[in-house]
Order: sequence, then C-alpha cells, then structure tokens
Amino acid sequence: MSKKIRIPTPLRKLTQDEEVVEVQADTVGGAIAEMQARFPGVQERLLDEAGNIRRFVNVYVNEEDIRFLDNLRTPLKDGDEVSIIPAIAGG
Amino acid sequence: MKALKCRECGREYPLAATHVCEFDFGPLEVVYDYDRIKSSLSRESIVKRSKNMWRYRELLPVASEPTVGCQVGFTPLIKADRLAKKLGIGELWIKNDTVNYPTLSFKDRVVSVALSRARELGFTTVACASTGNLANSVAANAASAGLTAYVFIPADLEQGKVVNSLVYGARVIGIKGHYDEVNRLCAEIAGKYGWAFVNVNMRPYYAEGSKSMGFEIMEQLGWRIPQHSVVCMASGSLLTKIHKSYQEFSKLGLVPSSSYKIHGAQATGCSPITTAQKAGLDFFKPVKPNTIAKSLAIGTPADGFYALKVMKETGGAGEDVTDDEIREGIKLLAECEGIFAETAGGVTVGVAKKLIASGKIPSEDSAVLCVTGNGLKTLDAVLGHVGHTREIRPSLREFEALLDSDTAMAAA
Repeated sequence: MSKKIRIPTPLRKLTQDEEVVEVQADTVGGAIAEMQARFPGVQERLLDEAGNIRRFVNVYVNEEDIRFLDNLRTPLKDGDEVSIIPAIAGG
Repeated sequence: MKALKCRECGREYPLAATHVCEFDFGPLEVVYDYDRIKSSLSRESIVKRSKNMWRYRELLPVASEPTVGCQVGFTPLIKADRLAKKLGIGELWIKNDTVNYPTLSFKDRVVSVALSRARELGFTTVACASTGNLANSVAANAASAGLTAYVFIPADLEQGKVVNSLVYGARVIGIKGHYDEVNRLCAEIAGKYGWAFVNVNMRPYYAEGSKSMGFEIMEQLGWRIPQHSVVCMASGSLLTKIHKSYQEFSKLGLVPSSSYKIHGAQATGCSPITTAQKAGLDFFKPVKPNTIAKSLAIGTPADGFYALKVMKETGGAGEDVTDDEIREGIKLLAECEGIFAETAGGVTVGVAKKLIASGKIPSEDSAVLCVTGNGLKTLDAVLGHVGHTREIRPSLREFEALLDSDTAMAAA
C-alpha cells in the first residue's frame, strides 16, 4: 500500500499529465521531497524559499487542511489521500 | 485586455480560462492598456451611456460587447442621514446592492462579467462554488443566456438561497460540509471537466466585475473617492477590487487623487482576516466558520492576504461583530433607512458602528457602506428577532384596545 497524491492542473505538466501519483513517504513534507526526486521542479512550485508551503497553496490530507493538522510534518499512513489545491475566491 | 499576469511573480499568460500561475500558484489578474483606455473613457463618455455597470466597460475584462447581464448594476447610492445620526457620523452613504438586478446581490456584477467572458471563450456549461448569492446569480444569468449551470453549495444553506438557485433550472449540488470544503471539491472538479467555473478558472475575469461597485460609488458621489469605505469580507476579493476601482479612476484622471481608507468587516464567527489585521500580521490563520453570516463564512479566504495589504496601505481598520450585533445591524439599517439587508449587510453596519464609536472613522468624516445582498434571502437569520405579529379578530373594539395599550406603553 502507498499514499495517493492528487495533482492539480497547474502541476500536471511536470508530472507528464499524471493526475494521481503514489508515494511511500510518511509525512507531507516527505511526500513533496519524494515527488521532487521523480518530477524535478515540483518542490519549488509548492514551497517558498524558507521551505514553507506557499501562501496560495492549500494541502489537504483526507480532506483536512494540513494547517489544522501538523503542516508539513503531518503524518501519512497507507491509503491516505493528499490533495493540493490552489486558493479559490468566491462566495 | 492585454494579458493575464501573476500577482506574485509577474509572469504573463494568454487571456484564457486559467486562474493560477504554474510556478507559484499565485492568482492571475487581467492587465489593461490604460493609455488606450484613457483616450476613450471620460466622464462625458460615461454619463452618455446606459445606467448599468457596463458604462465602464473599458475597465471590465470582456473582448467585445457583453452578452450576459447587460442590465446589471447602477444600484442606488443612498444618503443615509437617519442612520448617520444614529451612528454619530457627519455623512453616511449606503451603496445599496440589495436591489441589484436580477438576483439582489452584488454577485450579479461578477457573474455578468464571468459569463460574458465564458461565452467569448466558447463555454456552454458554467458552474460555481458558492455560499448562496453567487449560486443564485449564476443560476439566473445562465438561464437567461441559455447556458447549462451546475452550482455547488454547502448543504445547510438558508432555504431562500437554495430555492433561489433551483427555480432557474440550475443543477444544484448540496455538499455535506462548509464552504471551504465545497471549494476544495470544486477545484478538483474544475480541473476535470471543461466547464467555466466562475470562481475557479474564470476567476481573473469574474473578480474584476466587483470593481463596478466602486466605479459607481465614485460617479454617484459626484466623481470623488469616499474618505472611508466599509466593505464586508468573505474571500476578501470585493475589498481589494473596490480599492482597485479607486486607483483606476484616479490613474485615468476621472476623479481627483485623494487619500482614503478602506475598512474590512467580518463576522466574529469567521474572522480570519480581521483577526490578523488587529494583530498586525500580514498573513492569516484559517478558521472553521461558525456564524449566521453564511455568505461570509469562508475560513480560508483566498484574497485575505491582499485584503490585509489594502487595509494596511490605506490605513483602514479591520473589525468583526457577533451574531447578535449582526442582527442589530440589520435592524438599524432597516429601521433608519428602509433597506433590508442580508446578514452580510448587518456585518457591515455593525462594524461601521464600532469603527465610528472607536474613532477609527472620525465622526466629522464621510463614509460609504457597501451593502451587498438582500435580507429576503436570509429570513431564517432574523426570524424571531424582529418582533412578532399581533393577532386580533376583525373587530374595531379589539383594535382600539390594542392601540390603547400601545399609547400606554409609549407614555410609560
């Protein structure tokens, strides 16, 4: 078993149009590093210079925003789904 | 329109249905050719045009004549003397979008732009994630334009807002979750189907429609920028676009440059932006909303960062009000000015009251309150708090008895 990362449209050029990528890492930060190794460029799109999630990127583990969990240290277990979503206006 | 441009890194993109920068996820914004606009747009040319939001059309992002929502906007700007007296301020104006056409909220402004642009780009299905007002507007405007509409809303929305989407034949999907969860799902849906999602892939165009509220305020005030503007915030987009409208008119020489403050209003039960503003932070912490102001219940406000920046740059304040203060705000506006606003309007009035009382809006100054939606849509929020009907039999004697007791009460 592994963890699924759902890739948003703006990143799919880097993942050769893969919509879902499977990773083995056991934290969100680890998953981003693992994706970076396979799809160079992913990390700088998601993280700022200080290594934090960019201001307009929202990351969810099983539908919960990681800012309500443990941010990049949020643990991942087998079967978890991670969504990466750009911030959306509206109302 | 010249291009779309990332607000973070400045990279440019073609004028397509796309909303975020591929490099840093920053929001894309429409770039205009202001030199060209300056040559065709003047006070004289504007006043000759029909009284709707499209009289400023050079500053709205459509390539040709608009085809959806041609009669939207130019809502009344009311001089609110009775409310001004009650709140203790010299001059007060209400920009009354409770009577915007056709669905009684400012959202008709953004939707007419988004759908006109969607048609230009060849879309036949439109969609949105909404706290209610946007859904109503997408549903109605799509119906009149013959477009198919899917609207996604939190399942626990006020009945008025649900019916107001269903009646137009839109496909209404209630999501068991709050707005931020609706949004997350819609971001994933938008990437999957070739639809024009007004607040997702059409966002750069959509958001610009809000500027028309600011343009109208300046024109209706006699071509000037108000000293103070109080704007309610959900995602924070409206506040940033009101600011942009003031800057654009000033840049084009349509109004004299003057200093102004833009103040942001939220409900205490969902106040990520005002909480950050009060703490002097330039970033916000997302929250899980719990407020009767459902149209403002966005815990992860996409434009929160920029809204904070506007308040800081203009010297405006952020303030929030409780559910009881929201209801009191609704009643104040209704009883003083005869305008029945939805909960978001109660937030704006309640916050204005606080800002005037604390001196953040000085009592000798002039302010405009942006009232964005109609109270008939959120009856549930005030039911039981606005008094009750007194029933009598059809008898003159019973009525006179009732009147006597009123007189006695007034005398006491």
